[in-house]
Amino acid sequence: MISSNLSAIFYLISGVLFILALRGLSSPETSRQGNLFGILGMIIAVTVTFLSIGNFSNGFIFVIIFILLGGSIGAFIAYRIPMTAMPELVAGFHSLVGLAAVFVAISAFLNPEAFNLGTTGNIKLGSLIEMSIGAAVGAVTFSGSIIAFLKLQGIMSGSPITFKGQHPLNAIILVSIIVLIYFLCSTQSSNLFWILLIISFLIGFLLIIPIGGADMPVVISMLNSYSGWAAAGIGFTLENTALIITGALVGSSGAILSYIMCKGMNRSFFNVILGGFGGATEDAGTISTKEQKPVKSGNADDAAFLMKNASSVIIVPGYGMAVAQAQHALREMVDTLKKNDIKVSYAIHPVAGRMPGHMNVLLAEANVPYDEVFELEEINNDFANADVAFVIGANDVTNPVAKTDPQSPIYGMPVLDVEKCKSVLFVKRSLSPGYAGIDNDLFYKENTLMLFADAKKMTEDITKNL
Amino acid sequence: MEIDPLIFRLSIFILSIFVGYYVVWSVTPSLHTPLMSVTNAISSVIIVGAIIAGLSGNSDSVFNTSSIFGFLAIALATINIFGGFLVTQRMLAMYKKKKKEKK
Repeated sequence: MISSNLSAIFYLISGVLFILALRGLSSPETSRQGNLFGILGMIIAVTVTFLSIGNFSNGFIFVIIFILLGGSIGAFIAYRIPMTAMPELVAGFHSLVGLAAVFVAISAFLNPEAFNLGTTGNIKLGSLIEMSIGAAVGAVTFSGSIIAFLKLQGIMSGSPITFKGQHPLNAIILVSIIVLIYFLCSTQSSNLFWILLIISFLIGFLLIIPIGGADMPVVISMLNSYSGWAAAGIGFTLENTALIITGALVGSSGAILSYIMCKGMNRSFFNVILGGFGGATEDAGTISTKEQKPVKSGNADDAAFLMKNASSVIIVPGYGMAVAQAQHALREMVDTLKKNDIKVSYAIHPVAGRMPGHMNVLLAEANVPYDEVFELEEINNDFANADVAFVIGANDVTNPVAKTDPQSPIYGMPVLDVEKCKSVLFVKRSLSPGYAGIDNDLFYKENTLMLFADAKKMTEDITKNL
Repeated sequence: MEIDPLIFRLSIFILSIFVGYYVVWSVTPSLHTPLMSVTNAISSVIIVGAIIAGLSGNSDSVFNTSSIFGFLAIALATINIFGGFLVTQRMLAMYKKKKKEKK
């Protein structure tokens, strides 16, 4: 058994190591080292916990059993998961953090002596407040992430689910959570604690169902943030510095990512949270205008011809590339282009895909060197000088309407200036609008050639024709 | 007058939010997915609470309602710790620079 002062210092060290883990991600070279810092921090925190309890009696063997059980499940998932499923995986992991926070809060509530928080039915006021906040946020994170997971996995429809009185209902529930915490703290009643958990689960569910598929990057980041605040709440209860530091880091990390994602769509955070965007506007209005405008469509042969005669090509990947698993086929096409001395770069919009950085991971998986991949601000001026833009699976993020039509729902959203290229190749299955539910003007431009096919198949065919 | 220890924890919390703010803004956008998976893994340091809960049983019985929730939380948190760090490792291993020499 080690003194509580010494263990507090070790918890501080592991908190610092977690900061270094995030710091490492500022560049790919230092990132692997950063991850090792994170692992080291975790090992220190767990070891110190064992040493400070100093109880290696019967219970210890069960702790080890459950660690091995969870560890093997986690490792199995980590090695088997395809990179295209990262958004689902991250949503699933968030739900586990939330549920773990709830469980820890429950056991602290049932057995406060073990945590040094007073006795059952007479828990220290401060601890009880922290505990209920941690439990409530954890419960919201859990049920919210489950819904996000189901939507990403396609088990639940990605279109927003809205009903009358939704916002007032949510507001009432949120207020009642605060009232419940107040009464819970004054009465110490365990019934109120269970009710608090149940309605927190409910509100997490209700908050996420009205949010549409294309807003998932914001939702995932937001839940990431919540899982951090839940951990911090529990950290206050347990008076544990490692947890408080980590909770604050994760909480602010998720908040920043949500902000970046919202900015990438030019929408306010509240606008996303209130939900209902996309799908609702997708009515018959767009279909009638479609017929009037001519579209040039081509095949793999035409596309290969255009690219062969180009000197520089910019590739714009989007969610469709992930769905079609076309990243490897794309890399092969680019290899062929490079052999012909054609300069190729990749342009990534901040909200391309279903989570922050989604496209970058897929390209990295296909062995695309990260110094050929550029962010929107870095590459947007290069479109004017490029010969061919190859849009694969992206749609709304290339729509010039965002710059020209103040009436459009996506007006003001930063978009890639794809239309400035000499010619645009647009791989898409049909002319259907993207998630924002609006028509893309790019389809009808003089210099656009539509390639109607599955992204992977089309890319392979082009490679054959090069 | 003595300062309540809660104030110290609150200070750590607020300062960590600022540290987090500046550190996360310096993360390159291409690593945002690994950032999410690694934050997932480190927030599972909540396992320290789960271990305390799991070992709270007395010598008569290892299992009581409180410790059972502790054990379940341990399992959930370790799924995240192993899953989160390993999948981050796997992703980061894929980020490579352009090869300068020919193969």
